[in-house]
Amino acid sequence: MDEAGNPGRETHQKEPLAAFSGGGNLGDQVFRVLTAFFAALAVLVLAAMALQMFRAALPSLKQFGWKFLSSTDWDPVLDSYGALPYIFGTVASSILALLVALPVALGTAIYLAELAPLWVRRPLGILVELLAAIPSVIYGLWGIFVMSPWLRDSVQPLLQKIFGWTPFFKGVPRGFGMMAGCLVLAIMILPTIASVSRDVLLAVPNSIREGALALGATRWEMVRKAVLPCAKNGILGAVILGLGRALGETMAVTMVIGNRPDISWSLFSPGHSLASVIANEYAEASGDLYLSALTELGLILFGVTLLLNILARVLIWRVARGPAGARN
Amino acid sequence: MSTAASNFSIQTRDVNLWYGDFQALKNVSVNINQGEVTALIGPSGCGKTTLLRCFNRINERYGNVKTTGEIRILGKNAYDPDVSLIELRKAVGMVFQRPNPLPISVYENVVFGLRVHSARSSLKKSLLDEAVEKSLQEVSLWDDLKDRLHVRATTLQLEQQQKLCIARLLPLKPEVILMDEPCSALDVEATLAVEDLMLALAGTYTILIVTHNMAQARRVSRECAFMLLGEVVEVNRTQDLFLTPRDSRTADYIEGRYG
Ligand SMILES: Nc1ncnc2c1ncn2[C@@H]1O[C@H](COP(=O)(O)OP(=O)(O)OP(=O)(O)O)[C@@H](O)[C@H]1O
Ligand SMILES: [Mg+2]
Repeated sequence: MDEAGNPGRETHQKEPLAAFSGGGNLGDQVFRVLTAFFAALAVLVLAAMALQMFRAALPSLKQFGWKFLSSTDWDPVLDSYGALPYIFGTVASSILALLVALPVALGTAIYLAELAPLWVRRPLGILVELLAAIPSVIYGLWGIFVMSPWLRDSVQPLLQKIFGWTPFFKGVPRGFGMMAGCLVLAIMILPTIASVSRDVLLAVPNSIREGALALGATRWEMVRKAVLPCAKNGILGAVILGLGRALGETMAVTMVIGNRPDISWSLFSPGHSLASVIANEYAEASGDLYLSALTELGLILFGVTLLLNILARVLIWRVARGPAGARN
Repeated sequence: MSTAASNFSIQTRDVNLWYGDFQALKNVSVNINQGEVTALIGPSGCGKTTLLRCFNRINERYGNVKTTGEIRILGKNAYDPDVSLIELRKAVGMVFQRPNPLPISVYENVVFGLRVHSARSSLKKSLLDEAVEKSLQEVSLWDDLKDRLHVRATTLQLEQQQKLCIARLLPLKPEVILMDEPCSALDVEATLAVEDLMLALAGTYTILIVTHNMAQARRVSRECAFMLLGEVVEVNRTQDLFLTPRDSRTADYIEGRYG
């Protein structure tokens, strides 16, 4: 019935609409191309770096093959290199750090997200995040001047007295060593794990909490039986992020771990790590094979941290999307 | 008087509630009949949810809530200092707007309440199994789910999830079940199924349902309370309230004048 009126109205409307969308399209396109370019740039840089490192590590890869991973030699004079003590140092210090940091970080996160009075949450939360922003060299200095002497004079002798019969507390208490390394790491990754876990907990819908409370759960039961199961994957992600940070941490560890490529059960003995050996020896690495072996260590570290980070992102993303299967 | 009183599951007298300075409930005095479905209707923001959440005191999660007056649940004032929140919430269950089962198995969802309230040693597997079967039977989910008790509850259809959220209240033998717009996330068929369930449960439990849907109130409830701006304007048999409202504001609302 509007046959006659329609065409007129349409042309009337079309002009401004077309003008609008035309302008929008151009801006959109420029914007999209530009951002896509930057995004691609990030990927390219990553790929170029990996490729470059791989090429630089090629001589060492060819020379030692898989034996590089299992050999404990590290002898620039004989040009014989193996990564095992460094891999051990990195993995052991990181995992121990995680074991120390996780309970504290989780407690902090639960307190911040579930229990603290509202006026405490923000300031305390910001404080925790600030801890993550302190440069690692400062942690290292603190480790050298405060923690190591304290470990040497009070903690380690005490531990030796009580647990000296286990293999973990044998040897001379020096302060510097595996124990100092993993404690500094624990302190450094604690804020990361705590603040990410807190965000994950806050992302758990309120109705989950109220559902549990309405069934007569106490606050603690609510957290333990309802909120944590919902946040499980995300917290795992936070843990892996923390682990990634611990694996790659260089400065603070180098300053306190003792820098000797030993493999020992004892927490008192000095150790070394992938990151610190690279930082320590890169400048004076003379031979080509020496350099190449150091680069291969870097490649190993690069691969491990990259994988862990991807895993962490995926897990956190799955929680942010809501409990699995909640979408219908 | 006392014989009449025993037929009410919930009696409130002069309940006032403030969120900070904002008064959300004003002199609310209502009686909720035992073993019937009672509907709470009213425009958005009039305080339906707030009133409902007084009855299991879950309002108190927010720090700035102040409640005065008397709320008798089964004759006992829920706001007496000696009341145990845990016991209160066992007796007064709640169903939420969006189904909120936990991301654990169907089975564990149903026995969640039992696990929270009983010593671990007293929970024999046979007892739990029985509670699961009985509760799921009551909400007519047993036939659908008896072979899938160990799938994650959040993977069920929304209708099943909401029924499961009702089922998980039942092992605690509640007296009252509060439902805050329990069908608003469901499609038409699921809504009708949940309504059927409410009618089936009505004799055994007192059900108080908040709804925006007046047709739903007419379908499921025996009594209906109309709220406006924090006050209960009118409570009556549902059919009377809709056919011959006593208050002009009620009439305006059911004719759609408040939107
Ligand atoms: N936690 C709170 N803090 C402050 N004000 C609140 C809070 N919760 C609700 N209110 C206010 O109290 C009033 C009543 O809210 P309530 O949620 O009970 O309304 P309702 O009738 O359930 O509305 P709807 O139909 O939209 O669910 C509203 O004006 C709301 O803004
Ligand atoms: Mg509401």
